[in-house]
Amino acid sequence: MTRRARLWLLLAGGAGLAVLFAAACLKLPAFGGDRHPYGDRAVRASLARHTANTVSSVNFDQRAFDTLGEMTILFAAVLGCVVLLRQTRDEHRAAPEPAEVALPVRRYALIVLPVALVSGLYVVAHGQLSPGGGFQGGVVAATALHLLYLGADYRALERVRPVGRYEVGDALAASAYLVTGLAGLIGSAAFLANTILPYGTFNTLSSGGTVPLLNAAIGMEVACAVVVLLARFLDQAVEIEGEGGS
Amino acid sequence: MSAVLDVLPYLVAGWVFLVGCYGLATSRNLIHAVGCLSVCQAGTYVLLLAVGYRDKATAPVYSDIKPGSRPVVDPVVQALTLTDVVVGATVTALLLALVVQISKRHDTVDPDELSELRG
Repeated sequence: MTRRARLWLLLAGGAGLAVLFAAACLKLPAFGGDRHPYGDRAVRASLARHTANTVSSVNFDQRAFDTLGEMTILFAAVLGCVVLLRQTRDEHRAAPEPAEVALPVRRYALIVLPVALVSGLYVVAHGQLSPGGGFQGGVVAATALHLLYLGADYRALERVRPVGRYEVGDALAASAYLVTGLAGLIGSAAFLANTILPYGTFNTLSSGGTVPLLNAAIGMEVACAVVVLLARFLDQAVEIEGEGGS
Repeated sequence: MSAVLDVLPYLVAGWVFLVGCYGLATSRNLIHAVGCLSVCQAGTYVLLLAVGYRDKATAPVYSDIKPGSRPVVDPVVQALTLTDVVVGATVTALLLALVVQISKRHDTVDPDELSELRG
């Protein structure tokens, strides 16, 4: 198909979709309306289980099984990237050259690194109380480590980041989520049911039953997954070289 | 005026999605195409958050407000959006890994030049 024909086909399809979508939007409840039956019930269930952050309650309690699927997607995607970005037979590893880093960049990166790392861990730990949670905090913590790459050089990053251990950590965290779910099966009758632990005092770190545990498992999994992913991409960019030089 | 505002956020979501589709179909560079897919997905974020919005409501987090004192927006669609973001990020990572391999094997990232099969 020529580019022109493809563009016309796209425009026809897009126009059809736009018309149908606009017609459907006109029948939707008005934006900002007061009727949110699922939201109201989710808030009630979350408060009944002493979880201050309702979004975490939905993710790690009411829809914990969905989050298991989501975590599996993340795990499978990381596995796929590791396989796709491996070193092939016709490539070799070159030692990365230490690069010159401007002094303000180095200073800023080394000051911000611990702050960012602690913020990431804080966001994970308070996932059941304040906005945030395992997914967000895990990304912040994993990104913080990579400030070392900006502030120092690639070899410094490799010293604090043995990729093998993070791969093991990723798998362990995924298993921890599953095991917590299975514990629900023993304690009551349902997989991932939030009934085995006391709900605790509202708005304290240990409130919410299994929500903090699942949240921590996800935080660890996401942090490890991001580190492994970025390590594979950085390997491709910095270390692995083909036959022809680059 | 308010009749327009009642549907505007939904229409914006559809517009963002269609713009992403247009970019995907006309893209001459696979990295650009992966970016366009993210734009498509951003349309779904806007749609989900628009569905959950409630006038004069705050975030569904009770660490600093008393339960029942203020209306909150729908937490279910916010959780769905979080799932959406995570899946979007993983798909982007996987697609970019594929692009790295394509550029190594075929020396091009233009989808129009990737017509021949190679063993």
